[in-house]
Amino acid sequence: MFEVLGISSQALFGQLLIGLINGSFYALLSLGLAVIFGMLNIINFTHGAQYMLGAFTAFFLLRYAGMGYWWAIVVAPLVIGLTGIIIERLFLQWLYKLDHLYGLLLTFGLALMFEGTFRNFFGSSGLPYSVPPELQGGRNLGFMFLPNYRAWVVLFSLAVCLATWFVIERTKLGSYLRAATENPTLVRAFGINVPRMITLTYGFGVALAALAGVMAAPIYNVSPQMGSNLIIVVFAVVVIGGMGSIMGAIVTGFGLGIIEGLTKVFFPEASNTVIFIIMAIVLLIRPAGLFGRGA
Amino acid sequence: MKLADNALGGPVRMLAKPNLGEGFAFALMAAALIVAPLFAYPVFLMKALCFALFACAFNLLIGYVGLLSFGHALFFGWAAYVCAHAAKVWGLTPELAIASGTAVAAVLGAIVGALAIRRQGIYFAMITLALAQMMYFFAVQAPFTHGEDGIQAVPRGRLFGLVDLADQTNMYVMVLVVFLAGFLLIYRIVNSPFGEVLKAIRENETRAVSLGYKTERYKLLAFVLSATFAGLAGATKALVFQLASLTDVDWPMSGEVILMTLVGGLGTLFGPVAGAFFMVTLENYLTTIGQWVFVVQGAIFVVCVLLFRRGIIGELAQFLRIKL
Repeated sequence: MFEVLGISSQALFGQLLIGLINGSFYALLSLGLAVIFGMLNIINFTHGAQYMLGAFTAFFLLRYAGMGYWWAIVVAPLVIGLTGIIIERLFLQWLYKLDHLYGLLLTFGLALMFEGTFRNFFGSSGLPYSVPPELQGGRNLGFMFLPNYRAWVVLFSLAVCLATWFVIERTKLGSYLRAATENPTLVRAFGINVPRMITLTYGFGVALAALAGVMAAPIYNVSPQMGSNLIIVVFAVVVIGGMGSIMGAIVTGFGLGIIEGLTKVFFPEASNTVIFIIMAIVLLIRPAGLFGRGA
Repeated sequence: MKLADNALGGPVRMLAKPNLGEGFAFALMAAALIVAPLFAYPVFLMKALCFALFACAFNLLIGYVGLLSFGHALFFGWAAYVCAHAAKVWGLTPELAIASGTAVAAVLGAIVGALAIRRQGIYFAMITLALAQMMYFFAVQAPFTHGEDGIQAVPRGRLFGLVDLADQTNMYVMVLVVFLAGFLLIYRIVNSPFGEVLKAIRENETRAVSLGYKTERYKLLAFVLSATFAGLAGATKALVFQLASLTDVDWPMSGEVILMTLVGGLGTLFGPVAGAFFMVTLENYLTTIGQWVFVVQGAIFVVCVLLFRRGIIGELAQFLRIKL
């Protein structure tokens, strides 16, 4: 243990780790928002609620089916992704020809409905979800104590983010996706079923949110409003990074998480607001966002 | 307002004459509101009027400039805080307390507007939401807002030092005057040359730029005006309920004003008023069902967006083939 500027290394690196974990969730969620926006031209306000639903699915699986964390991390994204596909078919598909704002309003309404329903049954207090036995405990790195589960969250979300980047930027499927984002009509003319691709993209983006929710369940409690607080911060992250670039979303997500963690150490009063302040500064200096391609 | 034809580019001479339908509808609304306290509980009416003004202010942006602000609770809530603080701690008279709340909302509107208009469309909504959330956290931390308790037992005081507003009738008259004045001012703004430029920006911003209009300045001024009226509504509300609290600055309040305007009809003159009365009445009946209120609000959002985009007044105007 040592000290930096009068702050013990345990506190400093502990907050950095929390920052990295928050950053993992920012990255996963803003990545999903960016992928959905690219294909659907809709900002998915339900994203936070779907993150919450992922966490609750993990909780239900454990309580009513005896299926633990490793089941949940596979099943919850599938189930919530499937509900996403239903939402896209039932509601969103009618909005593509309208102003973008209607998509935001409709998904906001859906988010209110999900959150309200869960608040009604579970109140606003959190429900505990324990760390899986394989990942309990931790190791002493000399300068800090690193809980195994937290290391897993950071590494696994980084892996998921990079895998998503790889699929979209480096594979044939990804090239179809990118082409359909640029010019859906032309891609359809090549015989590719673009509407189905749009539906599946929404399902995938939603599944990412649910995955983040499952990973968050053991760290934060499972609670109905866990998503609505997060989604507003993620919106700021998206404004800062711009939605044009997948890698941009990942880098901005992790970077802002770390900055937020450091703010908690050096200037705790601003830790809630630092991301919004950074957003304001970025808007002044680079209105298109750090990785944006024009406003 | 000389800005429109001198400072900001070319003149537009298209002053719309107030049309007969709108004039008649306004007279009908004013008459209904004057006799309403005979039939309904005054505090309920005052609440609805404050929200109606709030929704009209919000509609000035979404309906006439096409900008969706997801952070209007910021102006409503902070004006309420400042008004309540001015009336309770500084002991200002009600008109000065409301004026100071409104002025703060205008300043906040200038700052938030200047930042938010740097991006368009969907980003504009996200930026206003994020900035409003930031100011919400300030409200949680700032000592003068009293955190979870809010500023309670705000004295209504004596208007101009003469009229006792503790009397429910006097208070109602004042709120009604504030609402009607705000409504008419917004009508005047929307139908001025300035308002015509705003509508041009809504329809095709690139075109408006190519015609020589500095659209950024028009958007900023519209944003400040909208924030100011939202502040006026919030400050008045603080005196009506004698309370300013975190509910007023939190994001569900921003959602609520969007919903009111959407239900009534985006871009219609009377829509926000109808929407506000509809939602306040509905919530009055729904107070017993707890958290289901959110579910009902969410469902109304979904239904309005999918099936009912013109809103109550929009559909009515379509049916009667008049402009409302």
